[in-house]
Amino acid sequence: MVRKAPEPVQIVKQRRDAALNALVGGVPYINFMGISFDRRGDELTGVLSFEEKLIGNPILPAIHGGVTAAFLEVTAVIALSWAYIWEDLESGALDVEALAAGNLPRLPKTIDFTVDYLRSGLPRDAYARATITRAGRRYASVQAEAWQDNKDRPFAQATAHFLMPRSEQAHD
Amino acid sequence: MTADKAKIARQFIQTIPHSKALGMEITALGDGMAEITMPYDERFIGDPKTRVIHGGAVSALMDTCGGAAVMSHPDAPAGTATIDLRIDYMRAATPGQAITARAEVYHITRSVAFVRATACDDDTDRPVATATGAFTVEGR
Repeated sequence: MVRKAPEPVQIVKQRRDAALNALVGGVPYINFMGISFDRRGDELTGVLSFEEKLIGNPILPAIHGGVTAAFLEVTAVIALSWAYIWEDLESGALDVEALAAGNLPRLPKTIDFTVDYLRSGLPRDAYARATITRAGRRYASVQAEAWQDNKDRPFAQATAHFLMPRSEQAHD
Repeated sequence: MTADKAKIARQFIQTIPHSKALGMEITALGDGMAEITMPYDERFIGDPKTRVIHGGAVSALMDTCGGAAVMSHPDAPAGTATIDLRIDYMRAATPGQAITARAEVYHITRSVAFVRATACDDDTDRPVATATGAFTVEGR
């Protein structure tokens, strides 16, 4: 049996990073909020870079609860879209150049979103990761958690449900 | 609500950097009730294909409005913080239209305020989103 030689590392990285940049960079609100994503293999970590405009309580000061909610929602949507395109991205079925040119996949729609505030968000960078707990054809459930200094002490967590975009081939 | 308290609540909310960044403005404030509007802005787009505002911006509007409703309640002496907030997205907001949220405190105890909120665009018969949340009652 002849095994296919593994792809060169820079080709793999270039493809994945280009797809991620297209997915994230195409959304104005993510840029407005100053959110970026760190990638390790298929694992994504959202990074919220602190800025004065993210403050919700100037006296404490603390990050706005809406910013925290938005950060978790952005992380959940990107993680879900990323998982949704991953297989096609790796198999070559997805055209990364078309993606980078703005031909983005349709995004999941949020059905509902619940956020629990565990402690106040400090005026510094925050990080978030999402776990897809159900990836159905039409509905998906996602949990997300955000932390700052200590990953074991999250300052907020969220549960969200999404309506998945209908794939072009599916007829039901 | 006393004129003083309304003035303080209004001033406080309008000094919140993030609410300012999103262009929020208070359009009504009463005892345990607040109405805040957020203009359509291309920087807040969440889906470049449909140009619909990101859910996160709607969350920020709901959270600010809920907090404002708590602060303007006669039984809430000082600040508040969100304990939890659930938002149901009923439909996509129409691109180009401002979103207005209206929140009311429907129950308050010594330590917790329970809030309901609705967000609409120009079509006020069909809400864009509804929310329920629990907020802390601080300062007593």
